[in-house]
Amino acid sequence: MNELNSVRFEFPSLSCNEGFARGAVACFAAQLDMTLTELGDVKTAVSEAVTNCIVHAYPDTVGPVILRLRILEGDELEIQVKDHGRGIEDVARAREPLFTTGGDDRGGMGFTIMESFTDSMRVRSRVGAGTTVTMRKRVERRRKAR
Amino acid sequence: MKLTTAQEGGKLTLSLTGELDHHEAKALVRKLEDCLEAAMPRDCVLDLGGLRFMDSSGIAVILKLHRRMNTLGGRLTVENVGQQPLRVLDASGIDRIVDISA
Ligand SMILES: Nc1ncnc2c1ncn2[C@@H]1O[C@H](COP(=O)(O)OP(=O)(O)O)[C@@H](O)[C@H]1O
Ligand SMILES: [Mg+2]
Repeated sequence: MNELNSVRFEFPSLSCNEGFARGAVACFAAQLDMTLTELGDVKTAVSEAVTNCIVHAYPDTVGPVILRLRILEGDELEIQVKDHGRGIEDVARAREPLFTTGGDDRGGMGFTIMESFTDSMRVRSRVGAGTTVTMRKRVERRRKAR
Repeated sequence: MKLTTAQEGGKLTLSLTGELDHHEAKALVRKLEDCLEAAMPRDCVLDLGGLRFMDSSGIAVILKLHRRMNTLGGRLTVENVGQQPLRVLDASGIDRIVDISA
């Protein structure tokens, strides 16, 4: 898949950066002709992935979060959120709706929302090494036909 | 994130303005619980009309409020839910537990 443009941000896992990450993806995605709904979906997916780094990857420390955004040929946005935190033991289980290790502060719906708000989601993780979540969202073609 | 409250008889209305994410959620839950403690309402309305953004952190906030109202013997309804928050609530299936209206 040909890459047309890309940006990369690295920031510490501080909760005030959740809003920053949403703003950053909204700015970059302005280069694609997204509907408000698509933009809302993308911001929500990023918010979920970045929050997971802050809450789960680095529960007692502050560590780096890497947000990489790419525009791919065919009006597709790729979002990658990466951490070097504790990792996920059982990814399949973590992706299930309502599964959470966060107690009643979390709903266990993050991965479910990321998956249903994008066209694809890949999760790669190694315990003790970190987690990478890669999502792709295609912009509806019909808008280009105006 | 701003919280404003209004009380009328046994009905407490809690209105949120801004963006509700994990960063805002902790302090908000504490404030909401204080409001319920002070007002002891029969009915609680959570008005999301001013909410520009919400992610799954908001679901946990609503569920906490719902449980707290249950123990008070009252009822929670969530009103004026905008498009983006509504998509998040729909995806979570929380509408099977809590009364939600756009
Ligand atoms: N970046 C991450 N690092 C470590 N664990 C994670 C990460 N992201 C998710 N998890 C694990 O997967 C579970 C499910 O995540 P999610 O669906 O977002 O629900 P929630 O965040 O509400 O717990 C988390 O409770 C956590 O155990
Ligand atoms: Mg999560």
